Amino acid sequence: MNVSAVAAVIPCWSCKGPVATRALFCSVCGAVQGPGTIDHYTRLGMAATFDIDLDVLQRQYFGFQRRLHPDRFAAKSAKEKALSQSQATALNEAYETLKDPLKRAAYLLKLWGHPVDLTACGTINDRELLMEQMEKREALSEATTPEQVAKLAMENESEVIACQCHISAAFNAGNLEEAGHLAIRLKYLVKLADEARSKKTRVTRLP
Amino acid sequence: MLFQLHEPGETPAPHESERGHAVGIDLGTTNSVVAVSRDGETEVLRDAEGKGLIPSVVYYADDGAVTVGQDARRMLLEQPDHVVSSIKRLMGRGVEDLKTLAGTLPFKLDVAADGGMVRLAVAGRTLTPVEVSADILRALRARAEKAQGKAVDRAVVTVPAYFDDGARLATKDAARLAGLEVLRLVNEPTAAALAYGLDNSSEGLYAVFDLGGGTFDVSILRMEKGVFQVKATGGDAALGGDDIDHAIAEHFLAERAVEHGEVSITEGEAKQALAAARVAKECLSHSETGTWVIEVDGIPSRHSLTRARLEEMAAPWVDRTAAICHAVIEDAGIDVSEIQGVVLVGGSTRMPLVRRKVTEIFGREPLSNINPDEVVAVGAALQAEALTAGSDTLLLDVTPLSLGIETMGNIVEKVIPRNTPIPVAMAQEFTTYQDGQTAMSIHVVQGEREMVDQNRSLARFVLRGIPNMAAGAARIRVTFTVDADGLLTVTASEATTGVEQQVAVKPSYGLTDDEMATMLRDSLVHAKDDMTNRLFAETVVEARRSVLAVQAALKVDSDLLSDDERKDIDGAMAQVDRMIASNDRDSVTAAMESLEAATKVFAERRMDRGIRAALAGMTVEKLDDALGGD
Ligand SMILES: Nc1ncnc2c1ncn2[C@@H]1O[C@H](COP(=O)(O)OP(=O)(O)O)[C@@H](O)[C@H]1O
Ligand SMILES: [Mg+2]
Repeated sequence: MNVSAVAAVIPCWSCKGPVATRALFCSVCGAVQGPGTIDHYTRLGMAATFDIDLDVLQRQYFGFQRRLHPDRFAAKSAKEKALSQSQATALNEAYETLKDPLKRAAYLLKLWGHPVDLTACGTINDRELLMEQMEKREALSEATTPEQVAKLAMENESEVIACQCHISAAFNAGNLEEAGHLAIRLKYLVKLADEARSKKTRVTRLP
Repeated sequence: MLFQLHEPGETPAPHESERGHAVGIDLGTTNSVVAVSRDGETEVLRDAEGKGLIPSVVYYADDGAVTVGQDARRMLLEQPDHVVSSIKRLMGRGVEDLKTLAGTLPFKLDVAADGGMVRLAVAGRTLTPVEVSADILRALRARAEKAQGKAVDRAVVTVPAYFDDGARLATKDAARLAGLEVLRLVNEPTAAALAYGLDNSSEGLYAVFDLGGGTFDVSILRMEKGVFQVKATGGDAALGGDDIDHAIAEHFLAERAVEHGEVSITEGEAKQALAAARVAKECLSHSETGTWVIEVDGIPSRHSLTRARLEEMAAPWVDRTAAICHAVIEDAGIDVSEIQGVVLVGGSTRMPLVRRKVTEIFGREPLSNINPDEVVAVGAALQAEALTAGSDTLLLDVTPLSLGIETMGNIVEKVIPRNTPIPVAMAQEFTTYQDGQTAMSIHVVQGEREMVDQNRSLARFVLRGIPNMAAGAARIRVTFTVDADGLLTVTASEATTGVEQQVAVKPSYGLTDDEMATMLRDSLVHAKDDMTNRLFAETVVEARRSVLAVQAALKVDSDLLSDDERKDIDGAMAQVDRMIASNDRDSVTAAMESLEAATKVFAERRMDRGIRAALAGMTVEKLDDALGGD
């Protein structure tokens, strides 16, 4: 067993003295440390919940980037430049994941040992969801005026919001199974929203 | 080595006090600008006549002399085959790319060059775009050194946001050839936003519309309290005022053909027609009509043009900018009404047609209280100061184009989608498709299209040493890393067995290390000197860092050392300082190794103390948890 791992202290790469595993900078010599393997929430100093305040999240992200971005290390040694790049990369990944409700739901499910595969482009297992999506898609493809597209987009948008509320409720009730189902539903709603948006630009710009 | 001799003409690494401020450089297709910032006050460096713009034109005289700028442009009509302009259009381009650009280029290409990088035939010489760009950068550097009275060796250089990896790398190589360390490549619209935003303390969503001579960029940024966050960017690296000049020149020549009959024209005549077209275009930005003269075979012909007719000819290109803007707004996931202001950059935004189009696209009048020619260099200068002197502003940029690799059937599998915030690292897993396949060829491409051939090929390499397995069993993980300059590195490894292979990706159209070395050797910055200075400077930074780290450690933990041990460490530190002064890299490295050895025991004791303190700080309960959970 590694005692230092237990104590959450590792040697600082620069001054070789002890530094907390999660520290961004060595408290003795000030050198930037590597990003380590902490989860996205911890990295951005957020509580691991589905409901998050996006303004707070962004503030945290900017705050960390201000200190860790490679632009702050332009005059430093090659090693410090490389570490800051890994730190900034990790921050970007964490922020991109947490700011998006769909990615956040999937990430939280994975974190809590109940992963859903959102990248799988397989068939929709849920019959009800399948029917619903087919109908919506058909309606969108038949829409020809900007107004019709806007109406569909708006309807879809309110369903996106409702779905997010349900996901939140499922997480709060500790019902991960349900949260997983809803996340898959959200994925299709978001996809439809994207399609509606590009269709809107298409029909709007037609003479 | 005891002391270093400098041959005449060689410059030693400058001492900090003799070192000029790092500068910001807008290396444009048509014009370049250099600016400097001191304590947030920016200054565009001008010539005796007060001009900040330096035409990006280079004249190569028969005697080998190189002239850049206005004087070179004057030679364009006299000795067209000795003058190179719009070289930026060829940065990072391969011979194959030229097929699509053919006919629009004011260059004579070296036909002997096959595959790889484009080469130009100028004044009996063969030149790469990197070398020509380096000549422009040298002129900018000289201007900066004259203005500051000090050596300038660091710069922030801007590139079109839409520049691909090859073009970015070529720009960095050119700077190096000109003796400039690139502190950062910054995207032109981002630099403009920085200059504009800091000046106007703007907050909210802004669009930057940059239409220059050869490139078009549009970026949407969120600005707030010192943060400049790019939401989406798009553009066309081959769209600009030059295209409109061509349309006008062709129109003039067609008119002429009707009157004087069809004749083949010389390179010089073509360049002259283009120059006349450009004057006509610029003039029609403030006049309604005018008449211009071109000359073929010694016979002049007069051509009138109205603004309305010009706008008809320019419309297809201006419409293309509109289509790109709509796509970028969509990519940013915003509604156009959320945009609070549109910043215009680039000479071509002086065209009334372009301004009307921008107003139409964004539903609001563009901002006009900035100088569209200088704002990019000003932003670059601000960033150069931020990187060297420190600052609180933050530039968060994105990748302009998707990056992917070729898979079966010539289909591109995207690894990093466009508009992903950088720096970024993303990985994708691939597998073998034949039993016992031990090597896999990896083809890296950049672009948005589905088929490989429709995108830009960035690099190819082969991952070897894949263990013998059944088809589909190997798991090859390809990781793409894009740094803050927007430059890509690719690594690949086989996951089931852990066969790791770091692959240095050689860009398809870049310079090889040998070529670079030869060019450095031939250039005014002496190759050996340049390399030694650079390596030495890096080692010194590293050595200073390690001495400071030991000093910091001694401040908190010196009680862990006996007097003798302390003396050894102090001695080792002093030795590092002495070796830094000696200017010899190997001696500095050796001194650092001795310092490391002298502090080994000290480091161990510090770790022991740290672990004991950490354990003591834990409650018994937590400690049990921690131990049990291991
Ligand atoms: N008054 C004007 N009206 C129209 N076009 C102009 C005007 N002034 C400059 N331009 C055009 O702007 C382009 C150069 O813009 P610039 O921003 O300097 O380019 P780049 O960034 O590509 O070097 C040229 O095509 C030039 O003809
Ligand atoms: Mg420009």
